[in-house]
Amino acid sequence: MAQVSSIADEQASTPLSSPKSILLRISKFNPKLDESSKFMEFTVPYQKWTTVLEAILDVKKHFDHSVAVRYSCRQATCGSCGMMINGKPKLACFTKISELDSDVVTVEPMNNFPVIRDLTVGFEKLFAKHQKIQPYLIRDDSELESDEREFLQSPEEVEQYIQFANCIKCGLCNSACPTMATDSSFVGPQALAQAYRYVADSRDKGKDTRLNIIDESHGIWRCHFAGSCSQVCPKGVDPAMGIQFLRGYLLGFRS
Amino acid sequence: MKESTIMKIHYGTALASVGLVAVHILMRLTTGFADSLSYENVLANYRSVPYVIMLELILILLAVHGFNGLRVILLELKQGRVYEKAVSYGSIVGMIALIGYGSRTIIMTNMGMV
Amino acid sequence: MTEDEHREGIKGMANPGRYGIERIAYLLMRLTGLGLLGYFIAHVYETSNILRGRMGWDDFLAMTQTTEGHIFLVLVIGMCVFHTGNGIRIMLGHGGVGVGQPARPDYPYEPASQNYRHKIGIYSSIVLAAVAMMYGMAVMFGE
Ligand code: HEM
Ligand code: HEM
Ligand code: SF4
Ligand code: FES
Repeated sequence: MAQVSSIADEQASTPLSSPKSILLRISKFNPKLDESSKFMEFTVPYQKWTTVLEAILDVKKHFDHSVAVRYSCRQATCGSCGMMINGKPKLACFTKISELDSDVVTVEPMNNFPVIRDLTVGFEKLFAKHQKIQPYLIRDDSELESDEREFLQSPEEVEQYIQFANCIKCGLCNSACPTMATDSSFVGPQALAQAYRYVADSRDKGKDTRLNIIDESHGIWRCHFAGSCSQVCPKGVDPAMGIQFLRGYLLGFRS
Repeated sequence: MKESTIMKIHYGTALASVGLVAVHILMRLTTGFADSLSYENVLANYRSVPYVIMLELILILLAVHGFNGLRVILLELKQGRVYEKAVSYGSIVGMIALIGYGSRTIIMTNMGMV
Repeated sequence: MTEDEHREGIKGMANPGRYGIERIAYLLMRLTGLGLLGYFIAHVYETSNILRGRMGWDDFLAMTQTTEGHIFLVLVIGMCVFHTGNGIRIMLGHGGVGVGQPARPDYPYEPASQNYRHKIGIYSSIVLAAVAMMYGMAVMFGE
Protein backbone atom coordinates (compact mmCIF):
# COMPACT_ATOMS: atom_id res chain seq x y z
CA MET A 1 0.00 0.00 0.00
CA ALA A 2 2.85 2.37 0.81
CA GLN A 3 4.03 1.78 -2.73
CA VAL A 4 0.69 2.85 -4.20
CA SER A 5 0.38 6.04 -2.20
CA SER A 6 3.88 7.16 -3.09
CA ILE A 7 3.05 6.70 -6.76
CA ALA A 8 -0.01 8.82 -6.23
CA ASP A 9 2.17 11.47 -4.65
CA GLU A 10 4.49 11.47 -7.57
CA GLN A 11 1.66 12.02 -9.97
CA ALA A 12 1.05 15.45 -8.55
CA SER A 13 3.80 17.29 -10.38
CA THR A 14 4.36 19.56 -7.42
CA PRO A 15 3.92 18.65 -3.76
CA LEU A 16 1.20 20.85 -2.34
CA SER A 17 3.55 21.76 0.48
CA SER A 18 5.96 23.51 -1.88
CA PRO A 19 7.19 26.76 -0.33
CA LYS A 20 6.54 29.02 -3.30
CA SER A 21 3.20 29.67 -4.92
CA ILE A 22 1.67 31.88 -7.56
CA LEU A 23 -1.79 33.13 -8.32
CA LEU A 24 -2.92 31.32 -11.45
CA ARG A 25 -5.71 33.14 -13.30
CA ILE A 26 -7.45 30.95 -15.84
CA SER A 27 -9.79 32.40 -18.44
CA LYS A 28 -13.12 30.53 -18.41
CA PHE A 29 -15.39 30.88 -21.40
CA ASN A 30 -17.87 28.65 -23.14
CA PRO A 31 -19.09 30.45 -26.26
CA LYS A 32 -22.23 28.30 -26.31
CA LEU A 33 -23.32 29.36 -22.82
CA ASP A 34 -21.47 32.46 -21.67
CA GLU A 35 -21.82 36.07 -22.69
CA SER A 36 -18.20 36.87 -21.95
CA SER A 37 -15.13 35.28 -20.45
CA LYS A 38 -14.26 35.53 -16.79
CA PHE A 39 -11.22 34.58 -14.76
CA MET A 40 -11.03 31.92 -12.08
CA GLU A 41 -8.19 32.34 -9.63
CA PHE A 42 -6.22 29.63 -7.90
CA THR A 43 -3.21 29.70 -5.63
CA VAL A 44 -0.87 27.06 -6.96
CA PRO A 45 2.40 25.90 -5.42
CA TYR A 46 5.35 25.48 -7.77
CA GLN A 47 8.95 24.40 -7.94
CA LYS A 48 11.76 25.79 -10.05
CA TRP A 49 10.89 23.31 -12.79
CA THR A 50 7.09 23.46 -12.71
CA THR A 51 5.63 24.37 -16.10
CA VAL A 52 2.49 26.40 -16.65
CA LEU A 53 0.83 23.30 -18.09
CA GLU A 54 1.61 21.33 -14.93
CA ALA A 55 0.11 24.11 -12.83
CA ILE A 56 -3.06 24.06 -14.91
CA LEU A 57 -3.24 20.27 -14.62
CA ASP A 58 -2.83 20.60 -10.84
CA VAL A 59 -5.81 22.93 -10.82
CA LYS A 60 -7.78 20.40 -12.83
CA LYS A 61 -6.81 17.68 -10.43
CA HIS A 62 -7.31 19.44 -7.10
CA PHE A 63 -9.67 22.34 -7.63
CA ASP A 64 -11.73 22.42 -10.79
CA HIS A 65 -11.88 19.56 -13.21
CA SER A 66 -13.90 21.55 -15.75
CA VAL A 67 -10.98 23.66 -17.00
CA ALA A 68 -10.66 22.89 -20.71
CA VAL A 69 -7.07 22.64 -21.91
CA ARG A 70 -5.55 20.72 -24.80
CA TYR A 71 -2.21 19.01 -24.46
CA SER A 72 -0.56 15.78 -25.34
CA CYS A 73 3.21 15.47 -25.51
CA ARG A 74 4.17 17.84 -22.67
CA GLN A 75 7.49 18.40 -24.41
CA ALA A 76 6.95 21.01 -27.13
CA THR A 77 6.44 18.43 -29.83
CA CYS A 78 2.75 18.06 -30.52
CA GLY A 79 1.85 21.75 -30.75
CA SER A 80 -1.38 21.42 -28.75
CA CYS A 81 -0.86 23.62 -25.73
CA GLY A 82 -0.36 27.11 -27.14
CA MET A 83 -2.04 29.83 -25.09
CA MET A 84 -1.58 33.41 -23.98
CA ILE A 85 0.61 33.36 -20.88
CA ASN A 86 0.84 36.77 -19.24
CA GLY A 87 -0.18 38.37 -22.51
CA LYS A 88 2.15 36.58 -24.92
CA PRO A 89 1.54 33.41 -26.91
CA LYS A 90 3.63 30.54 -25.51
CA LEU A 91 3.51 26.76 -25.17
CA ALA A 92 2.25 25.98 -21.66
CA CYS A 93 4.38 22.85 -21.50
CA PHE A 94 7.51 24.73 -22.55
CA THR A 95 7.16 27.67 -20.18
CA LYS A 96 8.36 27.36 -16.61
CA ILE A 97 6.57 29.45 -14.02
CA SER A 98 9.92 30.43 -12.54
CA GLU A 99 11.04 32.04 -15.80
CA LEU A 100 7.97 34.29 -15.95
CA ASP A 101 9.22 36.40 -13.05
CA SER A 102 5.75 37.17 -11.79
CA ASP A 103 3.57 36.28 -8.81
CA VAL A 104 0.53 36.24 -11.03
CA VAL A 105 0.27 33.99 -14.05
CA THR A 106 -2.66 34.72 -16.34
CA VAL A 107 -3.56 32.16 -18.98
CA GLU A 108 -5.99 32.90 -21.79
CA PRO A 109 -6.86 31.22 -25.07
CA MET A 110 -4.58 32.12 -27.98
CA ASN A 111 -5.47 35.27 -29.88
CA ASN A 112 -6.62 35.14 -33.48
CA PHE A 113 -8.12 31.65 -33.11
CA PRO A 114 -11.80 30.93 -32.37
CA VAL A 115 -12.32 29.80 -28.77
CA ILE A 116 -13.81 26.34 -28.32
CA ARG A 117 -13.83 26.50 -24.54
CA ASP A 118 -11.58 28.05 -21.89
CA LEU A 119 -8.02 27.58 -23.14
CA THR A 120 -8.75 25.46 -26.19
CA VAL A 121 -9.01 27.07 -29.61
CA GLY A 122 -10.02 25.80 -33.06
CA PHE A 123 -7.28 25.07 -35.59
CA GLU A 124 -9.45 24.45 -38.66
CA LYS A 125 -8.39 27.65 -40.36
CA LEU A 126 -4.70 27.20 -39.61
CA PHE A 127 -4.77 23.70 -41.08
CA ALA A 128 -6.73 24.88 -44.10
CA LYS A 129 -4.18 27.64 -44.84
CA HIS A 130 -1.38 25.14 -44.29
CA GLN A 131 -2.95 22.76 -46.80
CA LYS A 132 -3.51 25.55 -49.26
CA ILE A 133 0.22 26.08 -49.83
CA GLN A 134 0.59 22.38 -50.80
CA PRO A 135 2.85 21.18 -47.99
CA TYR A 136 4.35 18.17 -49.74
CA LEU A 137 6.99 17.52 -52.38
CA ILE A 138 5.71 18.38 -55.81
CA ARG A 139 7.38 16.69 -58.77
CA ASP A 140 6.32 14.60 -61.73
CA ASP A 141 8.02 11.43 -60.58
CA SER A 142 6.93 11.48 -56.94
CA GLU A 143 6.01 7.80 -57.08
CA LEU A 144 9.16 5.73 -56.98
CA GLU A 145 9.47 2.86 -59.41
CA SER A 146 10.68 -0.25 -57.65
CA ASP A 147 14.17 -0.21 -59.12
CA GLU A 148 14.88 3.49 -58.41
CA ARG A 149 16.88 5.05 -55.59
CA GLU A 150 15.51 7.51 -53.02
CA PHE A 151 15.95 11.20 -53.79
CA LEU A 152 19.39 11.96 -52.42
CA GLN A 153 20.32 15.20 -50.66
CA SER A 154 23.62 16.55 -49.43
CA PRO A 155 23.87 17.78 -45.82
CA GLU A 156 24.10 21.33 -47.19
CA GLU A 157 20.85 20.87 -49.07
CA VAL A 158 19.18 19.62 -45.92
CA GLU A 159 20.37 22.72 -44.03
CA GLN A 160 18.46 24.92 -46.44
CA TYR A 161 15.08 23.80 -45.13
CA ILE A 162 15.52 21.69 -41.98
CA GLN A 163 14.94 24.67 -39.69
CA PHE A 164 11.55 25.29 -41.27
CA ALA A 165 10.67 21.61 -41.10
CA ASN A 166 10.82 21.98 -37.31
CA CYS A 167 7.36 23.56 -37.31
CA ILE A 168 4.93 21.79 -34.96
CA LYS A 169 1.86 23.75 -36.14
CA CYS A 170 1.28 25.21 -32.71
CA GLY A 171 -0.03 28.47 -34.13
CA LEU A 172 1.87 30.78 -31.76
CA CYS A 173 3.24 32.72 -34.72
CA ASN A 174 -0.24 33.34 -36.13
CA SER A 175 -1.31 34.52 -32.71
CA ALA A 176 1.54 37.06 -32.40
CA CYS A 177 1.30 38.40 -35.96
CA PRO A 178 0.03 41.99 -36.22
CA THR A 179 -1.62 41.38 -39.59
CA MET A 180 -3.41 38.32 -38.25
CA ALA A 181 -4.84 40.53 -35.48
CA THR A 182 -7.25 42.12 -37.93
CA ASP A 183 -6.99 40.21 -41.22
CA SER A 184 -8.99 36.98 -41.14
CA SER A 185 -8.08 36.15 -44.76
CA PHE A 186 -4.28 36.43 -44.41
CA VAL A 187 -2.45 33.14 -45.04
CA GLY A 188 -0.31 33.78 -42.00
CA PRO A 189 3.28 33.13 -40.96
CA GLN A 190 2.78 29.43 -40.25
CA ALA A 191 1.64 28.59 -43.78
CA LEU A 192 4.07 30.99 -45.45
CA ALA A 193 7.03 29.51 -43.58
CA GLN A 194 5.92 26.06 -44.71
CA ALA A 195 5.62 27.26 -48.29
CA TYR A 196 9.28 28.21 -48.01
CA ARG A 197 10.13 24.92 -46.33
CA TYR A 198 9.08 23.07 -49.49
CA VAL A 199 10.37 25.63 -51.97
CA ALA A 200 13.81 25.41 -50.32
CA ASP A 201 13.84 21.60 -50.54
CA SER A 202 16.13 20.48 -53.35
CA ARG A 203 13.79 17.56 -54.13
CA ASP A 204 10.82 19.83 -54.71
CA LYS A 205 9.77 21.25 -58.08
CA GLY A 206 6.67 23.14 -56.94
CA LYS A 207 8.15 26.60 -56.51
CA ASP A 208 6.15 28.36 -59.20
CA THR A 209 2.89 26.73 -58.15
CA ARG A 210 3.36 27.85 -54.57
CA LEU A 211 4.54 31.35 -55.43
CA ASN A 212 1.36 31.69 -57.46
CA ILE A 213 -0.80 30.59 -54.55
CA ILE A 214 0.67 33.10 -52.11
CA ASP A 215 0.81 36.02 -54.55
CA GLU A 216 -2.67 37.36 -53.86
CA SER A 217 -4.24 40.23 -51.99
CA HIS A 218 -4.22 38.39 -48.66
CA GLY A 219 -1.06 36.48 -49.41
CA ILE A 220 2.60 37.06 -48.67
CA TRP A 221 2.46 40.84 -49.26
CA ARG A 222 0.46 41.32 -46.10
CA CYS A 223 3.62 40.46 -44.15
CA HIS A 224 5.47 43.61 -43.02
CA PHE A 225 8.44 41.90 -41.42
CA ALA A 226 7.48 42.92 -37.88
CA GLY A 227 9.11 39.67 -36.74
CA SER A 228 6.75 38.92 -33.85
CA CYS A 229 6.16 35.43 -35.27
CA SER A 230 9.84 34.58 -35.02
CA GLN A 231 10.09 36.00 -31.53
CA VAL A 232 7.40 33.65 -30.18
CA CYS A 233 8.18 30.50 -32.18
CA PRO A 234 9.16 27.79 -29.69
CA LYS A 235 11.02 25.66 -32.25
CA GLY A 236 13.40 28.12 -33.88
CA VAL A 237 11.55 27.98 -37.19
CA ASP A 238 11.99 31.74 -37.64
CA PRO A 239 9.01 32.13 -39.98
CA ALA A 240 9.95 35.76 -40.74
CA MET A 241 13.19 34.59 -42.34
CA GLY A 242 11.45 32.06 -44.56
CA ILE A 243 8.82 34.58 -45.60
CA GLN A 244 11.38 37.19 -46.67
CA PHE A 245 13.32 34.57 -48.66
CA LEU A 246 10.08 33.54 -50.32
CA ARG A 247 9.29 37.16 -51.16
CA GLY A 248 12.85 37.49 -52.43
CA TYR A 249 11.83 35.16 -55.29
CA LEU A 250 8.82 37.30 -56.14
CA LEU A 251 10.84 40.54 -56.03
CA GLY A 252 13.66 39.13 -58.14
CA PHE A 253 16.28 39.21 -55.37
CA ARG A 254 16.65 35.42 -55.70
CA SER A 255 15.92 32.95 -58.42
CA MET B 1 -3.47 43.34 -61.42
CA LYS B 2 -1.40 40.73 -59.65
CA GLU B 3 -0.57 41.66 -56.08
CA SER B 4 3.15 41.26 -56.77
CA THR B 5 2.93 43.76 -59.62
CA ILE B 6 1.15 46.26 -57.40
CA MET B 7 3.71 45.88 -54.65
CA LYS B 8 6.62 46.20 -57.08
CA ILE B 9 5.09 49.50 -58.12
CA HIS B 10 4.78 50.40 -54.43
CA TYR B 11 8.49 49.80 -53.83
CA GLY B 12 9.50 51.32 -57.17
CA THR B 13 7.64 54.57 -56.62
CA ALA B 14 9.14 54.82 -53.14
CA LEU B 15 12.69 54.32 -54.38
CA ALA B 16 12.28 56.71 -57.26
CA SER B 17 10.99 59.49 -55.05
CA VAL B 18 13.68 59.26 -52.36
CA GLY B 19 16.08 61.59 -54.15
CA LEU B 20 13.38 63.88 -55.50
CA VAL B 21 11.81 64.53 -52.11
CA ALA B 22 15.24 65.08 -50.59
CA VAL B 23 15.96 67.77 -53.18
CA HIS B 24 12.54 69.31 -52.63
CA ILE B 25 12.89 69.63 -48.86
CA LEU B 26 16.58 70.52 -48.83
CA MET B 27 15.88 73.40 -51.21
CA ARG B 28 13.89 75.05 -48.42
CA LEU B 29 16.42 74.39 -45.74
CA THR B 30 19.48 75.52 -47.63
CA THR B 31 18.25 78.67 -49.36
CA GLY B 32 16.83 80.34 -46.29
CA PHE B 33 13.55 78.92 -45.20
CA ALA B 34 11.30 81.98 -45.29
CA ASP B 35 12.84 83.27 -48.53
CA SER B 36 12.33 80.02 -50.32
CA LEU B 37 8.64 80.21 -49.56
CA SER B 38 8.13 83.79 -50.71
CA TYR B 39 5.60 84.33 -53.45
CA GLU B 40 8.18 85.47 -56.03
CA ASN B 41 10.45 82.56 -55.31
CA VAL B 42 7.72 79.96 -55.48
CA LEU B 43 6.31 81.46 -58.64
CA ALA B 44 9.78 81.40 -60.17
CA ASN B 45 10.08 77.76 -59.17
CA TYR B 46 6.80 76.92 -60.82
CA ARG B 47 7.92 78.70 -64.01
CA SER B 48 11.09 76.61 -64.25
CA VAL B 49 10.36 73.66 -66.46
CA PRO B 50 12.89 71.16 -65.06
CA TYR B 51 11.80 71.90 -61.51
CA VAL B 52 8.17 71.60 -62.40
CA ILE B 53 8.80 68.24 -64.02
CA MET B 54 10.33 67.14 -60.76
CA LEU B 55 7.28 68.35 -58.83
CA GLU B 56 4.95 66.54 -61.19
CA LEU B 57 7.01 63.36 -60.80
CA ILE B 58 6.88 63.57 -57.01
CA LEU B 59 3.17 64.17 -57.23
CA ILE B 60 2.50 61.11 -59.38
CA LEU B 61 4.95 58.76 -57.67
CA LEU B 62 3.83 59.55 -54.15
CA ALA B 63 0.13 59.69 -54.91
CA VAL B 64 0.45 56.15 -56.23
CA HIS B 65 2.66 55.04 -53.35
CA GLY B 66 0.66 56.75 -50.62
CA PHE B 67 -2.78 55.64 -51.76
CA ASN B 68 -1.60 52.10 -52.32
CA GLY B 69 -0.19 52.18 -48.78
CA LEU B 70 -3.59 53.28 -47.56
CA ARG B 71 -5.21 50.46 -49.54
CA VAL B 72 -2.90 47.94 -47.90
CA ILE B 73 -3.75 49.18 -44.42
CA LEU B 74 -7.49 49.19 -45.12
CA LEU B 75 -7.39 45.69 -46.68
CA GLU B 76 -5.79 44.35 -43.55
CA LEU B 77 -8.20 46.13 -41.26
CA LYS B 78 -11.43 44.61 -42.48
CA GLN B 79 -12.43 41.98 -45.03
CA GLY B 80 -15.36 41.30 -47.28
CA ARG B 81 -15.98 41.30 -51.03
CA VAL B 82 -17.81 44.60 -51.27
CA TYR B 83 -15.55 46.35 -48.80
CA GLU B 84 -12.40 45.23 -50.56
CA LYS B 85 -13.70 46.32 -53.96
CA ALA B 86 -14.62 49.69 -52.50
CA VAL B 87 -11.13 50.06 -50.99
CA SER B 88 -9.38 49.17 -54.26
CA TYR B 89 -11.45 51.49 -56.44
CA GLY B 90 -11.49 54.16 -53.77
CA SER B 91 -7.68 54.25 -53.70
CA ILE B 92 -7.51 54.55 -57.48
CA VAL B 93 -10.01 57.42 -57.41
CA GLY B 94 -8.03 59.11 -54.63
CA MET B 95 -4.82 58.77 -56.61
CA ILE B 96 -6.30 60.20 -59.78
CA ALA B 97 -8.07 63.03 -57.97
CA LEU B 98 -4.91 64.10 -56.16
CA ILE B 99 -2.76 63.90 -59.29
CA GLY B 100 -5.38 65.82 -61.24
CA TYR B 101 -5.72 68.54 -58.65
CA GLY B 102 -1.98 68.95 -58.18
CA SER B 103 -1.28 68.90 -61.91
CA ARG B 104 -3.84 71.65 -62.38
CA THR B 105 -1.80 73.88 -60.05
CA ILE B 106 1.45 72.96 -61.72
CA ILE B 107 0.27 73.37 -65.30
CA MET B 108 -1.68 76.57 -64.77
CA THR B 109 1.10 78.21 -62.81
CA ASN B 110 3.77 77.10 -65.21
CA MET B 111 1.85 78.47 -68.19
CA GLY B 112 1.59 81.82 -66.47
CA MET B 113 -2.11 81.77 -65.74
CA VAL B 114 -1.65 83.29 -62.29
CA MET C 1 -16.91 37.63 -37.61
CA THR C 2 -13.92 39.12 -35.86
CA GLU C 3 -15.65 38.46 -32.55
CA ASP C 4 -16.09 34.74 -33.25
CA GLU C 5 -12.52 34.34 -34.35
CA HIS C 6 -11.23 35.96 -31.19
CA ARG C 7 -8.99 38.30 -33.19
CA GLU C 8 -6.84 40.70 -31.23
CA GLY C 9 -8.14 43.58 -33.30
CA ILE C 10 -6.63 46.98 -33.89
CA LYS C 11 -5.49 47.26 -30.28
CA GLY C 12 -3.40 44.11 -30.63
CA MET C 13 -2.07 45.16 -34.02
CA ALA C 14 -1.02 48.56 -32.74
CA ASN C 15 0.24 47.48 -29.31
CA PRO C 16 4.02 47.88 -29.63
CA GLY C 17 4.84 46.84 -26.07
CA ARG C 18 5.41 43.13 -26.27
CA TYR C 19 7.59 42.22 -29.21
CA GLY C 20 10.68 44.37 -29.33
CA ILE C 21 11.94 47.16 -31.56
CA GLU C 22 10.89 45.45 -34.80
CA ARG C 23 7.25 45.73 -33.82
CA ILE C 24 7.75 49.38 -32.86
CA ALA C 25 9.27 50.02 -36.28
CA TYR C 26 6.25 48.33 -37.86
CA LEU C 27 3.90 50.69 -36.01
CA LEU C 28 5.99 53.79 -36.71
CA MET C 29 6.13 52.86 -40.40
CA ARG C 30 2.33 52.75 -40.52
CA LEU C 31 1.85 55.95 -38.55
CA THR C 32 4.45 57.91 -40.52
CA GLY C 33 3.05 56.55 -43.80
CA LEU C 34 -0.46 57.69 -42.91
CA GLY C 35 0.82 60.98 -41.48
CA LEU C 36 2.77 61.71 -44.64
CA LEU C 37 -0.20 60.84 -46.83
CA GLY C 38 -2.33 63.26 -44.82
CA TYR C 39 0.32 65.94 -45.08
CA PHE C 40 0.79 65.28 -48.78
CA ILE C 41 -2.90 65.78 -49.55
CA ALA C 42 -3.05 68.93 -47.44
CA HIS C 43 0.17 70.13 -49.06
CA VAL C 44 -1.11 69.75 -52.60
CA TYR C 45 -4.20 71.68 -51.57
CA GLU C 46 -2.10 74.33 -49.85
CA THR C 47 0.16 74.95 -52.83
CA SER C 48 -2.89 75.30 -55.08
CA ASN C 49 -3.48 78.62 -53.38
CA ILE C 50 -0.82 80.09 -55.60
CA LEU C 51 -3.53 80.17 -58.23
CA ARG C 52 -5.22 82.84 -56.12
CA GLY C 53 -2.23 85.08 -56.61
CA ARG C 54 0.02 86.73 -54.06
CA MET C 55 -2.79 87.33 -51.57
CA GLY C 56 -3.94 83.75 -51.56
CA TRP C 57 -0.41 82.41 -51.24
CA ASP C 58 0.54 84.72 -48.41
CA ASP C 59 -2.69 83.95 -46.58
CA PHE C 60 -1.89 80.30 -46.58
CA LEU C 61 1.78 80.74 -45.95
CA ALA C 62 0.92 82.57 -42.73
CA MET C 63 -0.29 79.23 -41.34
CA THR C 64 3.16 77.70 -41.46
CA GLN C 65 4.97 80.82 -40.31
CA THR C 66 3.84 80.37 -36.72
CA THR C 67 5.60 78.40 -34.01
CA GLU C 68 3.02 75.62 -34.26
CA GLY C 69 3.40 75.60 -38.02
CA HIS C 70 7.14 75.25 -37.70
CA ILE C 71 6.83 72.42 -35.21
CA PHE C 72 4.42 70.70 -37.56
CA LEU C 73 6.83 71.03 -40.48
CA VAL C 74 9.66 69.71 -38.32
CA LEU C 75 7.48 66.69 -37.52
CA VAL C 76 6.83 66.17 -41.23
CA ILE C 77 10.55 66.20 -41.90
CA GLY C 78 11.10 63.67 -39.11
CA MET C 79 8.34 61.39 -40.39
CA CYS C 80 9.72 61.65 -43.90
CA VAL C 81 13.26 60.70 -42.86
CA PHE C 82 12.21 57.81 -40.63
CA HIS C 83 9.77 56.46 -43.22
CA THR C 84 12.40 56.69 -45.96
CA GLY C 85 15.22 55.17 -43.91
CA ASN C 86 13.11 52.39 -42.48
CA GLY C 87 11.47 51.92 -45.90
CA ILE C 88 14.81 51.15 -47.47
CA ARG C 89 15.61 48.71 -44.66
CA ILE C 90 12.24 47.04 -45.16
CA MET C 91 12.64 46.73 -48.91
CA LEU C 92 15.99 45.02 -48.44
CA GLY C 93 14.54 42.77 -45.74
CA HIS C 94 11.54 41.90 -47.91
CA GLY C 95 13.97 40.75 -50.57
CA GLY C 96 15.70 38.51 -48.04
CA VAL C 97 18.74 40.75 -47.51
CA GLY C 98 20.28 40.68 -44.03
CA VAL C 99 17.74 38.30 -42.55
CA GLY C 100 20.29 35.62 -41.66
CA GLN C 101 20.98 32.15 -42.99
CA PRO C 102 18.98 28.99 -42.34
CA ALA C 103 20.68 26.57 -39.97
CA ARG C 104 19.88 23.65 -37.71
CA PRO C 105 17.93 25.27 -34.88
CA ASP C 106 19.34 24.94 -31.39
CA TYR C 107 17.94 25.83 -28.00
CA PRO C 108 17.23 28.61 -27.01
CA TYR C 109 16.25 29.23 -30.62
CA GLU C 110 17.25 32.86 -31.10
CA PRO C 111 15.61 33.85 -34.39
CA ALA C 112 18.35 34.82 -36.85
CA SER C 113 16.07 37.20 -38.73
CA GLN C 114 15.71 39.45 -35.71
CA ASN C 115 19.38 40.35 -35.91
CA TYR C 116 21.61 43.34 -35.23
CA ARG C 117 21.72 44.41 -38.88
CA HIS C 118 18.05 45.18 -38.98
CA LYS C 119 18.05 46.57 -35.46
CA ILE C 120 20.83 48.94 -36.46
CA GLY C 121 18.77 49.89 -39.51
CA ILE C 122 15.82 50.78 -37.30
CA TYR C 123 17.85 52.71 -34.74
CA SER C 124 19.73 54.60 -37.46
CA SER C 125 16.45 55.61 -39.07
CA ILE C 126 15.26 56.97 -35.74
CA VAL C 127 18.53 58.79 -35.10
CA LEU C 128 18.62 60.18 -38.64
CA ALA C 129 15.07 61.42 -38.22
CA ALA C 130 16.01 63.11 -34.95
CA VAL C 131 19.06 64.75 -36.53
CA ALA C 132 17.01 65.96 -39.49
CA MET C 133 14.41 67.38 -37.14
CA MET C 134 17.07 69.24 -35.19
CA TYR C 135 18.54 70.59 -38.41
CA GLY C 136 15.10 71.65 -39.57
CA MET C 137 14.45 73.33 -36.26
CA ALA C 138 17.74 75.15 -36.40
CA VAL C 139 16.89 76.46 -39.86
CA MET C 140 13.30 77.44 -39.14
CA PHE C 141 13.71 78.87 -35.68
CA GLY C 142 17.16 80.22 -36.36
CA GLU C 143 15.90 82.85 -38.76
C1 HEM D 1 10.44 58.60 -50.46
C2 HEM D 1 10.73 57.72 -49.62
C3 HEM D 1 9.80 56.60 -49.23
C4 HEM D 1 10.16 55.30 -49.12
C5 HEM D 1 11.54 54.71 -49.37
C6 HEM D 1 8.99 54.56 -48.74
C7 HEM D 1 8.96 53.21 -48.55
C8 HEM D 1 7.86 52.50 -48.16
C9 HEM D 1 7.81 51.08 -48.01
C10 HEM D 1 8.96 50.10 -48.29
C11 HEM D 1 6.59 50.75 -47.58
C12 HEM D 1 6.08 49.33 -47.31
C13 HEM D 1 6.04 49.07 -45.85
C14 HEM D 1 5.56 47.68 -45.55
O1 HEM D 1 5.15 46.93 -46.44
O2 HEM D 1 5.61 47.34 -44.38
C15 HEM D 1 5.84 51.96 -47.44
C16 HEM D 1 4.54 52.04 -47.00
C17 HEM D 1 3.79 53.20 -47.01
N1 HEM D 1 4.19 54.44 -47.44
FE1 HEM D 1 6.04 54.93 -48.01
N2 HEM D 1 7.94 55.41 -48.61
C18 HEM D 1 8.38 56.68 -48.90
C19 HEM D 1 7.63 57.85 -48.86
C20 HEM D 1 6.27 57.91 -48.57
C21 HEM D 1 5.48 59.12 -48.60
C22 HEM D 1 6.01 60.52 -48.92
C23 HEM D 1 4.21 58.77 -48.27
C24 HEM D 1 2.99 59.64 -48.20
C25 HEM D 1 2.46 60.18 -49.24
C26 HEM D 1 4.21 57.35 -48.01
C27 HEM D 1 3.11 56.63 -47.63
C28 HEM D 1 3.12 55.31 -47.30
C29 HEM D 1 2.00 54.60 -46.74
C30 HEM D 1 0.62 55.18 -46.42
C31 HEM D 1 2.43 53.27 -46.55
C32 HEM D 1 1.65 52.10 -45.96
C33 HEM D 1 2.13 51.90 -44.55
C34 HEM D 1 2.35 50.46 -44.17
O3 HEM D 1 1.91 49.54 -44.87
O4 HEM D 1 3.04 50.25 -43.18
N3 HEM D 1 5.48 56.86 -48.21
N4 HEM D 1 6.65 53.03 -47.80
C1 HEM E 1 9.26 71.04 -44.88
C2 HEM E 1 8.48 70.53 -45.75
C3 HEM E 1 8.05 71.14 -47.08
C4 HEM E 1 7.95 72.41 -47.52
C5 HEM E 1 8.31 73.67 -46.78
C6 HEM E 1 7.41 72.39 -48.87
C7 HEM E 1 7.16 73.48 -49.67
C8 HEM E 1 6.64 73.46 -50.94
C9 HEM E 1 6.47 74.60 -51.80
C10 HEM E 1 6.84 76.01 -51.44
C11 HEM E 1 5.95 74.17 -52.97
C12 HEM E 1 5.63 75.01 -54.19
C13 HEM E 1 6.65 74.77 -55.28
C14 HEM E 1 8.05 75.14 -54.87
O1 HEM E 1 8.36 76.32 -54.67
O2 HEM E 1 8.84 74.23 -54.70
C15 HEM E 1 5.78 72.73 -52.86
C16 HEM E 1 5.25 71.93 -53.83
C17 HEM E 1 5.13 70.56 -53.72
N1 HEM E 1 5.60 69.77 -52.68
FE1 HEM E 1 6.39 70.45 -50.97
N2 HEM E 1 7.23 71.06 -49.21
C18 HEM E 1 7.58 70.29 -48.15
C19 HEM E 1 7.53 68.94 -48.07
C20 HEM E 1 7.05 68.10 -49.05
C21 HEM E 1 6.98 66.67 -48.96
C22 HEM E 1 7.41 65.83 -47.75
C23 HEM E 1 6.45 66.23 -50.14
C24 HEM E 1 6.18 64.81 -50.55
C25 HEM E 1 5.45 64.01 -49.87
C26 HEM E 1 6.17 67.39 -50.96
C27 HEM E 1 5.61 67.36 -52.23
C28 HEM E 1 5.31 68.46 -52.99
C29 HEM E 1 4.65 68.40 -54.27
C30 HEM E 1 4.16 67.14 -54.99
C31 HEM E 1 4.54 69.73 -54.73
C32 HEM E 1 3.86 70.18 -56.02
C33 HEM E 1 2.41 70.38 -55.68
C34 HEM E 1 1.58 71.01 -56.77
O3 HEM E 1 2.00 72.03 -57.32
O4 HEM E 1 0.49 70.48 -57.02
N3 HEM E 1 6.56 68.51 -50.26
N4 HEM E 1 6.21 72.33 -51.60
S1 SF4 F 1 6.38 28.36 -37.15
FE1 SF4 F 1 6.87 28.09 -34.96
S2 SF4 F 1 5.26 29.25 -33.91
FE2 SF4 F 1 4.54 28.94 -36.00
S3 SF4 F 1 3.29 27.08 -35.92
FE3 SF4 F 1 5.36 26.44 -36.50
S4 SF4 F 1 6.39 25.92 -34.57
FE4 SF4 F 1 4.53 27.11 -34.04
S1 FES G 1 1.74 19.55 -24.86
FE1 FES G 1 2.63 19.10 -26.80
S2 FES G 1 3.46 21.03 -27.32
FE2 FES G 1 2.82 21.39 -25.29
